[in-house]
Amino acid sequence: MKKIFLLFLLGTTYLSTAQEGDMLSALPDEPTTDYTTATFKSNRIINGHSIENTAPGVLDFKISHRFTPLRQGLYDMFGLDNATVRIGFDYGLTPRLMIGIGRGGREKIFDGFAKFKLLRQSTGQRSIPVALSYLIDAQIKTLKFSDTERDNKFSSRVYYTHQLLLARKFSERLSLQLMPTLVHRNLVPTAGDKNDVLAIGAGGRMKLTKRMAINAEYYYVPKGQISQAYANSLSVGWEIETGGHVFSMHFTNSEDMTYKGFITETQEDWFFQNDENRLLSGMRFGFNISRVFTLRKQKKVKG
Amino acid sequence: MQKVLSIAALFLLLTSPLAAQRFFTRDAGVKFDATSPLEKIEGFTKSGTCVLDIKTGKMEWKVLIKGFQMEKALMQEHFNENYMESTKYPHAQFQGLITNLGEVNFAQDGKYAAQVKGQLTMHGVTKELDVSGIVKVSGGHLTLGSTLQVAAADYGISIPGVVRDKIAKTIKVTVEALLKPM
Repeated sequence: MKKIFLLFLLGTTYLSTAQEGDMLSALPDEPTTDYTTATFKSNRIINGHSIENTAPGVLDFKISHRFTPLRQGLYDMFGLDNATVRIGFDYGLTPRLMIGIGRGGREKIFDGFAKFKLLRQSTGQRSIPVALSYLIDAQIKTLKFSDTERDNKFSSRVYYTHQLLLARKFSERLSLQLMPTLVHRNLVPTAGDKNDVLAIGAGGRMKLTKRMAINAEYYYVPKGQISQAYANSLSVGWEIETGGHVFSMHFTNSEDMTYKGFITETQEDWFFQNDENRLLSGMRFGFNISRVFTLRKQKKVKG
Repeated sequence: MQKVLSIAALFLLLTSPLAAQRFFTRDAGVKFDATSPLEKIEGFTKSGTCVLDIKTGKMEWKVLIKGFQMEKALMQEHFNENYMESTKYPHAQFQGLITNLGEVNFAQDGKYAAQVKGQLTMHGVTKELDVSGIVKVSGGHLTLGSTLQVAAADYGISIPGVVRDKIAKTIKVTVEALLKPM
């Protein structure tokens, strides 16, 4: 027994000298957690939110345009003659919480939101396969009421959206996201319309190069909640990053950039037939431009 | 036989590198500076790992790229995503040898100039590197410090034309580590 022990001692002593080649690997492992970053380039996929937050202390100024449908062709320059505009400001308060406000031209809507990161995708000691965020967004329609005879209340102008964002970055190139969404409308156009509209969104990003990506986003509204005349929102875009700017150029069938607008009031499908069986396109061109300003710097760089 | 073995084992134990032959730290400071006249670009991390063997003069450094903190979040994202590709190449490593080991007296407190020859691996590229630095011996601890110049192009880090003037071509890297006996 003693002999074996001594031999063991000898053995280990020799082994420790033999491993000198890599001194770092001789150190005991320290458990670390690696959080996944840059699942999406911007905090929006196209119309709706992505899992990304604006970093704390950073102001993200957004200008978005949605033009009219392509179908009139060259006469109105494929829709470029007219546009709906949204101007917005997003700000990161903490590493997990961001807020934002905006103004959309269609129906003169003010919107405000808060987005909170509940779970972050990570590997290592604390391993979580997906990221989860919660978004609450309120929209106030300030367009004059068409029916002035009615007792019009302020609450009739207000819409709320609750959304869960569930995302996973599968690889450096591919990220996918699911968005169960609830849109609450205080005032609906007809008795057949539901005040609470449930929708499920799906979106993703495929990186083409380090600075370019293809984004897509689709919101499906199960039947029986809104008028059959409305369509589901589908957007496909190309995103390019140049330093402090992110440009997103896309095709979509939604004119509105606020949640209640693109989920419950998208008017036409990408392609549809009119009464004379002519194939028409509700597809339109649009773009988002994002520019960030660092208002509050991160931890002091020292050393 | 048993006696001989015991003595041999004891001898090996005493002369084995258990007694402070190696020094290490996990919180070495590493700073890089790629500041150009147009843009201040600096990053800092306090989580570098460094091991030094004072008998052989061998040293090894390892730094987690994602650990670098920069003032602007977007700049830090670009650093990780577009330049260092830190998911693909999570660490930078240096393996070197103090070539003038005879001039460094680890037994006596003082400041010594050290010449180090080694290889730096970064962004998946390994290059030979000669570095001069300082070894400070005080009260059983060692402080290593050095400043080195690293050209981004040498390590396959491409800087696109539009931002070429904003990023310095040669990046100044400053390291400082307080090593304790292992």
